[in-house]
Amino acid sequence: MVEFWWTYIWPVIWILLQILAIVVPLLVGVAYLTYAERKVIAAMHLRRGPNVVGVYGLLQPIADGMKLFFKETVIPSGANRIVFVMAPMITFSLALVAWAVIPLGDGLVVADINVGILYLFAISSLGVYGVLMAGWASNSKYAFLGALRSAAQMVSYEISMGFIIITVLIVAGSLNLSDIVNAQKESVWFIIPLFPMAVIFFISTLAETNRHPFDLPEAEAELVAGYFVEYSSMTFALFFLGEYANMILMAGMTTILFFGGWLPPFDIAPFNWLPGPIWFIIKMCMLLFIFLWVRATFPRYRYDQLMRLGWKVFLPISLAAVVIVGGVVLAFDISPLANAAASK
Amino acid sequence: MIIQGLAFYMFAAITVAAGVMVISARNPVHSVLFLILAFFNSAGLFVLMGAEFLAMILVVVYVGAVAVLFMFVVMMLDISLAEMRAGFLQYLPLGAMIGFVLVMELGIIGGSWVIADNVDKNFVAPIVAMKTTNTEALGNMLYTHYVYYFQAAGMILLVAMIGAIVLTHRKRPDARKQNIGDQVSRHPSDTLEIKKVSSGSGV
Repeated sequence: MVEFWWTYIWPVIWILLQILAIVVPLLVGVAYLTYAERKVIAAMHLRRGPNVVGVYGLLQPIADGMKLFFKETVIPSGANRIVFVMAPMITFSLALVAWAVIPLGDGLVVADINVGILYLFAISSLGVYGVLMAGWASNSKYAFLGALRSAAQMVSYEISMGFIIITVLIVAGSLNLSDIVNAQKESVWFIIPLFPMAVIFFISTLAETNRHPFDLPEAEAELVAGYFVEYSSMTFALFFLGEYANMILMAGMTTILFFGGWLPPFDIAPFNWLPGPIWFIIKMCMLLFIFLWVRATFPRYRYDQLMRLGWKVFLPISLAAVVIVGGVVLAFDISPLANAAASK
Repeated sequence: MIIQGLAFYMFAAITVAAGVMVISARNPVHSVLFLILAFFNSAGLFVLMGAEFLAMILVVVYVGAVAVLFMFVVMMLDISLAEMRAGFLQYLPLGAMIGFVLVMELGIIGGSWVIADNVDKNFVAPIVAMKTTNTEALGNMLYTHYVYYFQAAGMILLVAMIGAIVLTHRKRPDARKQNIGDQVSRHPSDTLEIKKVSSGSGV
């Protein structure tokens, strides 16, 4: 009985606790990201933003959440009920499961798998299904148009993202996210050698999360709200949470690939007093601030320009980057993988 | 081992059930969704075998790209179920034949297992024995022993891609396209003229 407990029951409880330890702060983070977005954009517009509920409006996200929770869920009569209800759940749960492989600190990760970065890439490429299913199941032309735009956009930008990930892999010599960060500990943060790639990657994450200036799927001026027009109450809230959780996820991914994950900027006294997870969160917050900054600054792209940017600008640049980075690594014999094999 | 066994039966059962639903669902979009479910559970089976790289590639390529295109097309098609029913009997013999061949081949594989009872030793996942990561093992194989086949496969895909583009691309002389070079090289002084207008006099 004791053996049964330790081999079967306890691991399950332990994993559940780990999941809770990730998901609960993440949800709080999502709630306060919406608050931060409103405050930051308000400051950039010389407005005040939410300031009524609680001190400095700090309870605003909770009030919004309560409001959405107590509203009625309306399912349109022409909708495909099952797919309609499934779409927001898929969007939301995909935004959460990706966190399983994100290392928040040295060894602080739920699943330290060898193909971590591929897992992240796979999960982020699935995000399009929530959108497509929502658009189709709503049986509404605005939702459908939004979904089609989104699908085309996400598939286009994923390709250049994939190639940029490959350049990082060539430099880091591993698909394991912890190893990628440790490779940056031994050399420099990858933003320094791969600066252009980091910029393209960040712009692609904006497109991948349907954020400004690439928020055509939900362009409110032409498509009402895009793929989630017909959603209300908690089904809408799940889309909303999923979108913001995806933003945090993409910020985390950029942090790991280019900004050295949990590493302090310099490994000297005042910087390495802070523990790794705090550094990780600080870096993510900086990136999220840029997400919000971009939203307050840039006008929306036109659709043909968006597609041109993805296919005719980013794709050739990132393809060339794979060749160039690979060539440089080979020519100067600095591949960490080859060095590891040589030292064996 | 018990948990692996249970996970195997779960993934396998869902894969088979989803496969059945792909061909029996009335709504083509539901078929695609079930296809995605089947892909997903096959990826789970790969993970159970220790082929994590293949599992992820299966999800990235098939679920993340191919099935999205399927879905894209199927959603936009106006498929009438009655028309599809009409063709059912006509295609039944062909379908039955292909199904028969597949079942026979599966039977042969199962049979060889029984006849040559030490053949299953060859099926043990080779990478586990090599003690490297999946990715490294696959890379070492593909880029050394099989590099020509790998390149040939790449060329075939490239030709197929160019072929598809050539076949579907049509010149549309009436479409108005933006010339980005012109657009970027435009300068405010070329198009804008700023005049000082004193009040009450007009331009």
